[in-house]
Amino acid sequence: MSTGVTEKTQKTIGGIRRTFAPWNDPQAVPLIRYQNVTKRFGEFVAVDNLSLDIYEREFFALLGPSGCGKTTLMRMLAGFEDPTEGQITLAGQDLVGTPPYKRQTNMMFQSYALFPHMSVWDNIAFGLKQDRMEKGAIDARVEEMLKLVKLEKFAKRKPHQLSGGQRQRVALARSLAKRPKVLLLDEPLGALDKKLREETQFELMDIQMELGMTFLIVTHDQEEAMTVADRIAVMNQGRLVQVDQPAVIYEHPNSRYVADFVGDVNILDATVETVEPGMVTLRPVAAPERRFRIAQDCAAKPGDSVAIALRPEKMRVELDPPADTNVNCVQGEIWDIGYLGDLSIYHVELPGGVRVKAAKPNLTRMVERPITWDDKVYVYFSPDAGVVLTS
Amino acid sequence: MASKATGRWLVLAVPYLWLLALFLVPFLIVFKISLSQDAIAQPPYLPTFDLAEGWAAFKEAFAELSFENYGYVLSWDNEFIEAYGSSLWIAGISTILLLLVGYPIAYGMARAPKSIRPTLLMLVILPFWTSFLIRVYAWIGILSPEGLLNQLLFSLGIISRDSPLQILNTDTAVYIGIVYSYLPFMILPLYAALEKMDETLLEAAADLGCPPFAAFWKITWPLSLPGVFAGCLLCFIPAVGEFVIPDLLGGSDTLMIGKVLWTEFSVNRSWTVSSAVAVLLLMVLVIPIVFYQNLQAREVERR
Repeated sequence: MSTGVTEKTQKTIGGIRRTFAPWNDPQAVPLIRYQNVTKRFGEFVAVDNLSLDIYEREFFALLGPSGCGKTTLMRMLAGFEDPTEGQITLAGQDLVGTPPYKRQTNMMFQSYALFPHMSVWDNIAFGLKQDRMEKGAIDARVEEMLKLVKLEKFAKRKPHQLSGGQRQRVALARSLAKRPKVLLLDEPLGALDKKLREETQFELMDIQMELGMTFLIVTHDQEEAMTVADRIAVMNQGRLVQVDQPAVIYEHPNSRYVADFVGDVNILDATVETVEPGMVTLRPVAAPERRFRIAQDCAAKPGDSVAIALRPEKMRVELDPPADTNVNCVQGEIWDIGYLGDLSIYHVELPGGVRVKAAKPNLTRMVERPITWDDKVYVYFSPDAGVVLTS
Repeated sequence: MASKATGRWLVLAVPYLWLLALFLVPFLIVFKISLSQDAIAQPPYLPTFDLAEGWAAFKEAFAELSFENYGYVLSWDNEFIEAYGSSLWIAGISTILLLLVGYPIAYGMARAPKSIRPTLLMLVILPFWTSFLIRVYAWIGILSPEGLLNQLLFSLGIISRDSPLQILNTDTAVYIGIVYSYLPFMILPLYAALEKMDETLLEAAADLGCPPFAAFWKITWPLSLPGVFAGCLLCFIPAVGEFVIPDLLGGSDTLMIGKVLWTEFSVNRSWTVSSAVAVLLLMVLVIPIVFYQNLQAREVERR
């Protein structure tokens, strides 16, 4: 599903975390395979003929709005649901029909599902005791897990004596204790406040690297998915829309849906004028007298109606026209300003009545002549700032 | 501010006044009677306090009070201790039976689809719409030698007409009666405890390698213990003093303290001894009641 743009141009798509990429290696054998999996609840199709491969040591995120089927997809791997059709394999073994207590997956629940009548220690030891591990080995493993999540001092506490963040760590330790082949994380940070959530995201990544395990996370928070994951699968109505690295998902969305769901975006309708290798010229509906040039290969033909996706941070708003004639430029009027401190978001109304958002970093504390309401401004962006979307 | 404080004080005073007027005062009257002596008089005991006769008479009457009746009740010769023991035994066995019958019902209700739970709850409470006494009488019609149960068994050919099952007027009938009558008091606290349990805990247990039956004993059962204790005490405490069921369904050899108390009061017409029996019964029950109170307090604290 990769667009292949990275290979063609000299530039690479920014922000790639590490060189780990087994999905590009034809020799690599996936750890988890969903093959033509469908799950119906009565009439409702939660997962629709979906196939997906996840590799060992990967941190994989399922991203989508509520009801898109991401949680069902995960619960089928844990064994709480069985697929209506299709096959799920883990390390080559068919999982369908195996009850959850015989699967080598462990899950961290959204509600944490800590056993309220057991101490932190007993919660973490619960799964190990099920395996009839020796007492000494259990003690050692629990100690190790407590250390990993920095809760050594809280071993004797009951869950109701802990803060939300501490409970979250107990849940994580409990699900990691059995060293599962795959750790499933169901909206694991949803109940934490923003600061703690961000800290915990990095901790999760560290733990995943340290233990070398495969993590599958379900989230509706695109920032979370972008931060932690090696690859993201964007889901909609039981189907995968795009599966790729976070930077590709963000910079090269394959559809309006992905562009819109991940991050902030302006979507401008346009008609294709000419298509050359590596360059498309388009006539935007909002400003028909202008021509926009977008640097990309495009399957569309002249005359096709398409959309241009433009991230606000890649658009500039200035009072003066751009010096460089290569950039795409359109005139408009400031309709509204959102001051966020680090950035200001300018809402610019184009002549056709379409409004676009452009973000401008506030680089200095004082400006000689700030852009203000009703100013006539130039909005411009370079040819490699936008993406043409045909679907 | 002042009116707010007064309002709060009034609200708090209502339950205390209620307990004072309807529990503590009657108890003190019964306690006083238990310290008196039987007399052929109206009321049938002595001494009586009359403030009109002055302080000296009051002191004199006070000096006449004694614990003699307690000595009588607690002596081994008089069957009272045996009746207490037998009551505790019957109530204990009944409570265990109630738990065995009630737990699966409460569990089934708590795991039933949410939409039908109110209906099931209604069905549990439904028997209360008929008088308790009538429902116990109905069991006579079922359990008697010519009763519905025996007729059913005749017609099925399981027993012969000459030897009907002798259930009525035995301890078995008392157990049946108590289990039937007290079942809602067992089911409701169990249901409350089981229903509020988060079902993802069982998913978590399964996820960690625990098969369903083991998960029941490790998760569901310990988490339902507050309901188990509450239900058991709610059934055990009144069952100890039960009178109607042993009187109507039990035999002449069914010894329960409620029946003894009633005989003492209305057949032997000894208000003083029956009062002593009642006070002692209360003292026997104070232990489980205090236990129950503690349990409730712990539950509140945990939230």
